[in-house]
Amino acid sequence: MSAAGAVLLVAVVLIVLALVFYLVSVIFALRKITAGLDTTITAVTEIIAKSEPVNPIVADINANLDAAVDALEGLLVKKAGLPEAMGLVEGLYPGAKAEGLRNFPDSATVRSPRIGEVYTRGTLTLARLGREAPIAAASPNGPALRDARYGSSVSRTLYPTARPARSPIIGTDSPIQYEAEDADPSAV
Amino acid sequence: MTWVVALVTLLVVFPVVVFLLNNVLKEATAITGSIDRIAAAARAGSKDLDAAPLLLTTQQQVRDTVANVAAYGGSLDVIVDDA
Repeated sequence: MSAAGAVLLVAVVLIVLALVFYLVSVIFALRKITAGLDTTITAVTEIIAKSEPVNPIVADINANLDAAVDALEGLLVKKAGLPEAMGLVEGLYPGAKAEGLRNFPDSATVRSPRIGEVYTRGTLTLARLGREAPIAAASPNGPALRDARYGSSVSRTLYPTARPARSPIIGTDSPIQYEAEDADPSAV
Repeated sequence: MTWVVALVTLLVVFPVVVFLLNNVLKEATAITGSIDRIAAAARAGSKDLDAAPLLLTTQQQVRDTVANVAAYGGSLDVIVDDA
């Protein structure tokens, strides 16, 4: 064998060795990739299985919440009227009126009063009576209109000894007829 | 002529082959790292979804709450006068 042939042979052998080394390394890398993909696929399958019931459950939750929102909005508008309802909404949540109510298209544009504070009917009743309501303290008409202790003592005089066990019986069968004797019996 | 072929093979073909194979191996190794990260993220995502069954409790609680709100609204509808 000539020297040139030997050099050629060495070059070919080196190329083959390089091919073997690198291709085997690539094979091992690909096997690691395959193992990693198997793990990934398993985890993704778990994700799919676990998230499968999420959609109908969330849809059901949203449906329930939608029904509640519709009912509450309807109740608010029914009881307060649309302008006052939107004034109330704006008073409680500034800026919320612009979004409007879902089932009332005019709610975003309706002219509503400015409601700064909200009092329940009971609070207003107490205020009118002048009893201990916080609103009465700042009433422009002055302090309490009635004396609670006086009112209580007066009502107590109706039954000075003890309250009757039952309410008075009224009607045609009642033991005591309160109707005047000369009343017209034909009158109802 | 044989010398030329031998030298070209040794000095040109062999380095080119090594260069190309080295790049292939480098890319394959890089993919391995990415796959490992993806697998870790998928496992973490799967673990995060372990709380998904709690949605059933949430669903029931929402139903109960809405039922209570409906009952409360019905009572208010009776108690409070309409506008």
